[in-house]
Amino acid sequence: MYRYDEFDAAFVADRLNQFSDQVQRRLSGELTEEQFRIHRLMNGVYLQLHAYMLRIAIPYGTLSPRQLRKLAHIARRYDKGFGHFTTRQNIQFNWPALKDIPEILGELASVEMHAIQTSGNCIRNVTADHFAGAAADEIEDPRPYAEILRQWSSIHPEFTYLPRKFKLALSGSPHDRAAIQVHDIGYQLVKNDKGETGFAVYVGGGLGRTPMVGHKIRDFLPTKDLLAYTQAIVRVYNLEGRRDNKYKARIKILVHEKGFEAMRAAVEAEFEADKSELLALPQSEVERISAYFAPPALPERAAQSQALETRRASDHAFAAFVDVNVSKHRQAGYGLLTISLKPIGGIPGDATAEQMELVAELAEKFGHDEIRVSHEQNLVLPHVALDDLPAVYDALAAQGLATANAGLISDIISCPGMDYCSLATARSIPVAQRISERFADGPRAKDIGGMKIKISGCINACGHHHVGHIGILGLERKGVETYQLTLGGSGDESCTLGDITGPGFSYEDVVDAIETVVDTYIGLRSTPDEDFLSAYRRVGMAPFKKALYERDSGSEI
Amino acid sequence: MSQVISANRLSDGIVVFRASNGAWVEQLRDAEILPDSVAVKAALDLVELDIKANHVIEVAAFDVAVKGDHVEPVHLRDKIRAKGPTIHPGHGKQAAL
Repeated sequence: MYRYDEFDAAFVADRLNQFSDQVQRRLSGELTEEQFRIHRLMNGVYLQLHAYMLRIAIPYGTLSPRQLRKLAHIARRYDKGFGHFTTRQNIQFNWPALKDIPEILGELASVEMHAIQTSGNCIRNVTADHFAGAAADEIEDPRPYAEILRQWSSIHPEFTYLPRKFKLALSGSPHDRAAIQVHDIGYQLVKNDKGETGFAVYVGGGLGRTPMVGHKIRDFLPTKDLLAYTQAIVRVYNLEGRRDNKYKARIKILVHEKGFEAMRAAVEAEFEADKSELLALPQSEVERISAYFAPPALPERAAQSQALETRRASDHAFAAFVDVNVSKHRQAGYGLLTISLKPIGGIPGDATAEQMELVAELAEKFGHDEIRVSHEQNLVLPHVALDDLPAVYDALAAQGLATANAGLISDIISCPGMDYCSLATARSIPVAQRISERFADGPRAKDIGGMKIKISGCINACGHHHVGHIGILGLERKGVETYQLTLGGSGDESCTLGDITGPGFSYEDVVDAIETVVDTYIGLRSTPDEDFLSAYRRVGMAPFKKALYERDSGSEI
Repeated sequence: MSQVISANRLSDGIVVFRASNGAWVEQLRDAEILPDSVAVKAALDLVELDIKANHVIEVAAFDVAVKGDHVEPVHLRDKIRAKGPTIHPGHGKQAAL
């Protein structure tokens, strides 16, 4: 994986010194809160409902065991023994004291991590497919390009005060696991008809109060133009994006108001006008960065593992775990293992210090020292020999990490909601917990099949509800939590925004409403293999609406 | 409606409530109940000194319902601030209750 060079190390050290000084001056009263706020936000420090929150970037979702052990140490020493993995490949600590934060950032710097640009109106943590470098369907590993974007965008002087935050995501596979079409810019690695690699580029996607699917602004961008083209987009946005209203300040609104074709023309003109060689990526530099992401030397193995098959034959729980949580690796005899952070009835995305240490240990023993964090709030060991899966499973099961639900109905994305977040209008985690308990990870969940439920506790949509197969948005109406449902959303390459079912449901009734949707789907699917999203796209909203609201009005008579 | 003044402590961000002696306390039961807007205004004026002295941030008054000697925030958000996350009974102020 990538190792800091002297520039990275110096930049992080400089920022640590600056911010430590700013914290000291704040604590001594030399700085007022108003003066300090922008500094703390630029370093990932928020004030939430109960305490400060520290958001730490995990660039493109890649972690080493050493880094994960450090996060465990921080959780134990400075927090309450756990951390929360977010929908943008960050980890958040919910209880750090401001006076300890410089020390925490020092600990992070010692393992080449930081919290810079995890907040504020700048280019945020660059995210990527969590299966990058291992997926069977991958064209090329997107992470070297994500790293190049990270370096370019870190304290970029022109783009430190954008109209609003700006999010980049990359996918190296045709199957989009990184939700690139709902990012400000999404990059999809593709091959052209000459066999060259480049990017399909999407611009203007986003969720929040005005959800938009990104427009494809380029079918094929040569990889060498990655930075020049990104600069052109961000420059047009920086100059023309609205600054008069924070709710209309994201690039998606600019694209919408200006019109996509006009936006494309402006970006292409800017790209042509400043197509200096300065930003053209030298092949040697791409190769130098790519070397850090070279796949581990995986010894050849038989495609079928005797050890796995023997165990599978005698252990139903293990068989379910392998069937559901192991994805196809590009090399025979290996699997991509999703470690679900969604135990039945648990808090989506939370991991204890002990669990983090176990995953770090398993990555060292069985996973070629690599760990990934997914935007779906799970962890991934990207290179596990099928022969080793029985041992990995046993170790995970002992720490409550062997839930066999990756991609199933109880693998729910949830924002922290009103239990932690000062912006939230309703709770989201307890709704996720109750849905998880209702459907669990047994035969019923398997029968329901692939199902992505995503929950946000406010309109800002950190829980990506618009692109959930079933989306849940928690709102407050007359002092009471109410939950609006959307159906048919999808964050993959077939990206669509969900349709609102109608009036919302109470905290008490929302899980029953989800069950009504699920039962309706089971009743109308054409075959057991037709998944929820396909069925919804075939039949539309009407049968679900009927089931949800005629049942309700009937019960009131 | 009766109100209580809350804030976050600067040094660690923990939620605190203003007591009748002007101190900042961690439990709502120890807070001063302000019966009307005049009392709230007077208390907020005094709190300005604490803000200037950098003891607390995010100062705001919130509605409470008082039944006998029991004080309960009216809004869910304030209930959660006063107790802790509903999903973690062991964390936040509820752990000490």
